[in-house]
Amino acid sequence: MDNLIPVLVGLPLAGAAVLLLGGRRLDRFGHWLGVLASTASFGVGLALFFDMLSRSTAQRPAFDHLFTWVPVEGFQAQIGFQLDQLSVVFVLLITGVGSLIHLYSVGYMAHDERRRRFFGYLNLFLAAMLLLVLADNYLLLYVGWEGVGLASYLLIGFWQHKPSAATAAKKAFLVNRVGDIGLSIAIMLMFSTFGTFAFGPVFGAAHTASQGTLTGIGLMLLLAACGKSAQVPLQSWLGDAMEGPTPVSALIHAATMVTAGVYLITRSSAIFNLAPTAQLATVCVGAVTLLFGAIVGCAKDDIKKALAGSTMSQIGYMVMAAGLGPIGYVFAIMHLVTHGFFKAGLFLGAGSVMHGMNDEVDMRKYGGLRSYMPLTFVTFGLGYLAIIGFPGLSGFFSKDKIIEAAFAHGGTEGWILGCAALVGAAVTAFYMTRVMLMTFFGEKRWQPDAEGHEPHPHESPKTMGIPMVVLSIGSVGAGALFAWNSSFVNWLTPVTGHEEGHSPLSSWTVSGVTFAVIALGVLVSWLMYGRQPVPATPPVGSLLTRAARRDLLQDDFNHVVLVGGGTHLTRFLVYLDAKGFDGVVNGIAAAVGGTSGRMRKLQNGYVRSYALSMFGGALVLVATTLLMRAV
Amino acid sequence: MNPVNYLYLAALLFTIGATGVLVRRNAIVLFMCVELMLNASNLALVTFSRLHGNLDGQIIAFFTMVVAAAEVVVGLAIIVSVFRTRHSASVDDTNLMKL
Repeated sequence: MDNLIPVLVGLPLAGAAVLLLGGRRLDRFGHWLGVLASTASFGVGLALFFDMLSRSTAQRPAFDHLFTWVPVEGFQAQIGFQLDQLSVVFVLLITGVGSLIHLYSVGYMAHDERRRRFFGYLNLFLAAMLLLVLADNYLLLYVGWEGVGLASYLLIGFWQHKPSAATAAKKAFLVNRVGDIGLSIAIMLMFSTFGTFAFGPVFGAAHTASQGTLTGIGLMLLLAACGKSAQVPLQSWLGDAMEGPTPVSALIHAATMVTAGVYLITRSSAIFNLAPTAQLATVCVGAVTLLFGAIVGCAKDDIKKALAGSTMSQIGYMVMAAGLGPIGYVFAIMHLVTHGFFKAGLFLGAGSVMHGMNDEVDMRKYGGLRSYMPLTFVTFGLGYLAIIGFPGLSGFFSKDKIIEAAFAHGGTEGWILGCAALVGAAVTAFYMTRVMLMTFFGEKRWQPDAEGHEPHPHESPKTMGIPMVVLSIGSVGAGALFAWNSSFVNWLTPVTGHEEGHSPLSSWTVSGVTFAVIALGVLVSWLMYGRQPVPATPPVGSLLTRAARRDLLQDDFNHVVLVGGGTHLTRFLVYLDAKGFDGVVNGIAAAVGGTSGRMRKLQNGYVRSYALSMFGGALVLVATTLLMRAV
Repeated sequence: MNPVNYLYLAALLFTIGATGVLVRRNAIVLFMCVELMLNASNLALVTFSRLHGNLDGQIIAFFTMVVAAAEVVVGLAIIVSVFRTRHSASVDDTNLMKL
C-alpha cells in the first residue's frame, strides 16, 4: 500500500501537465479531467487512510524513499514521502475539499473561456500542496511550499486582464517571498546544525542543539508561517487575494494553502517545544492576528473581503493554539479541519450569491436573498452557525477547545490569551452575523450593474449546489465526530504529542462564557444591521471603522515604512555612491591631471630653458660641494 | 703675473658663454657660446695645471679640445641640415618633437 503514496501527488500533477500542455483540443472536457484527477487522488487518500486505520498505532506512519538528490560527500539529501497520522488528515482535507471545489468550479467557471487552464492550475495546486504535507524532509517540503505559492500567484491573477487582479497576484507573491526567505534560512540553520534535512533525524537531535539555534530556527519557521498563513506582520496580501475566482478563495485562501503555516509549526513541534521564546512569539502573533482579522472583517462591505478577514482571524486561533505547545497542537489541527469545511462552504456560498447577482460583491447591494436562493441560504447559514461556534456544530468543539487551552497556558499570559480568544469569538459572531443579515435578510437593495442589467437572483446549478451541501454537512458534523471519544486527539497524539491542560476554569465555564459572548456579538450585530435598515451607501463611521476599512492601515504602513524607507535608503546610497565614492576617485584623478598639466608647462621645448635648468642644477651641485667642504 | 688672474678670466669667459647660451636664439651663436664655455674651462684647467705643477689639467684640456672638435662637426652638420629644411637657424623653430 505504501508505494501508492507517490500516486497521490502524481495524479493531480499529471492532470495539470495534460491540461496545461494539451492545448485547445481539451477545452470541451478538460474540466472533467481535472475533477477526475482530483477525485481519484481523494480515492487513493481514502484507501491509504483505511489501510492506516487497520494497523496498530506504532505501525501507522508509512515511508516511501524515492531517491537521493545530488549525493555529495557531506551532503546527502534523501528525498522521500512520509504518510503519518498528521499527513493523512491533511491529505483527506486537501483532496476532499479540493475535489468538491473542482466540481463547484465546473459550474462557476462555465462561462470562462480559459476554464481548462483554470483546472490545470487547480490540479497543480493540489499536487504542490500534497507534496508539502507528504514530504519527509524540509527540502521537499520547501518544493511544495514554493509550488503552492506559484499556484496561488497564478490563480489570484487568473483574470489577469483586470489590473487589480494582476497587482494582487504580484503582492501575494512578494509578501510570500519574505516568508519563504524565513523558511530557507531555517532549513540552512538546520542543515548546519544537524547535517540533515529529514524530519526524523532533525527532531531526534533537536535536544542536542543550543537554545539560541533552536530559537533562531523556530523564529524563522514562524516567519515562514506568517507569510503563508497571512499572519501579522505579513498579512496584507490575503485581502487582495480575493481578486481571484471565488473557488480559488475557498480552496487556497481559506481551506488549505493558508493553513500550511499551522502545519509547519505543528510538524516542527519537536523544535518549538524546546524553544520557549519562539513559542511565545507564535502565541503573540496568533493572538494579535485573531483580533486584527476579526476587526478588519467587521468593517468590510465586500463579502469576500469580510470572509478573508475572518480567515485571517481563524488562522490566528490555530497559530495561537500551535504556539501553546502540546496542549494546543491537536486543537490547532482540529480547528484547521473544521475551518476547512465551514470556511470553504461559506466561500462557495458567497460565490453562489455572486453568481446570482451579476458578480456583485458589495453586501450593501444584497439583502433579502434568502427566499431567492434557499439552498445557498441554508448551507451558508449552517457554515455561519459553525464558524461562530454554535453549540453542537463543528466550530463549537474546536474553538472552545482552543479557548480552553489558552486559559490552561497558565499565569497572566494564559488569562491574556484566553481573554483575547474570547473577544475574538465575540467579534467573530458580530461580523458573521453582519454578513448573514446584510446578505440574506432585510429589504432588497439590489441595483442594476454598470451595463444596466437588473440582477435576477437565482439558485446556482447542481454542480455548485452539491459541494455546498456536502461542505455544510461537514460543517455540522465534523466537530462532533472528532470530539466523540476524543477520537481526533487520540489519532494525532502519536505525532504531535498531547497534554491535558490544567485550566483555571472548568470546560463548562469556558463553554458558558464563550456562548455568552457569542450571543452578545450576535445581539449587537442584530441591533445594528437586523433591526434597522442597512444604508446602501456606507456611513462615514468612526475612526476605527475607517481604519478597518483600509485593513487597519496595513498597506499604508507597508507603503510608508517599507516602500518609503527602501526608497530613501536607495536614494541615500545612490547619493553616497555619486558624491562619496565617485567623488574620491574623481578627485584623485583631477588632482593628478591638474598637477601634471602644470608640470607639463616646464617642458616647453626651448633649448635655453633646458640650458637654464642645467645651469641651475650645476650651480646647486657646486654650491653644495663647496658648502659640504666648508662644513 | 699672478696665475689666479687667468682663473678670473676663465670665469668671465664662462659667464659670457653661459649667458649667451641662455639668451640667444641663433643656433650658430649658441654654438659659439658653447665653444666659449669649453675654452673657458680649458683655460681654467691649464691654469690649475700650472698652479699644481703637474700635467693632469693640460691632458684633460687636450681631451676637451678633441671632444669639442668632434662635437662641432656633428653640431654644425645638424644646424646646416636644419637650416636647409626650415630656412631658419633659430633654435625656437626646431619644435617638431614638441607635443
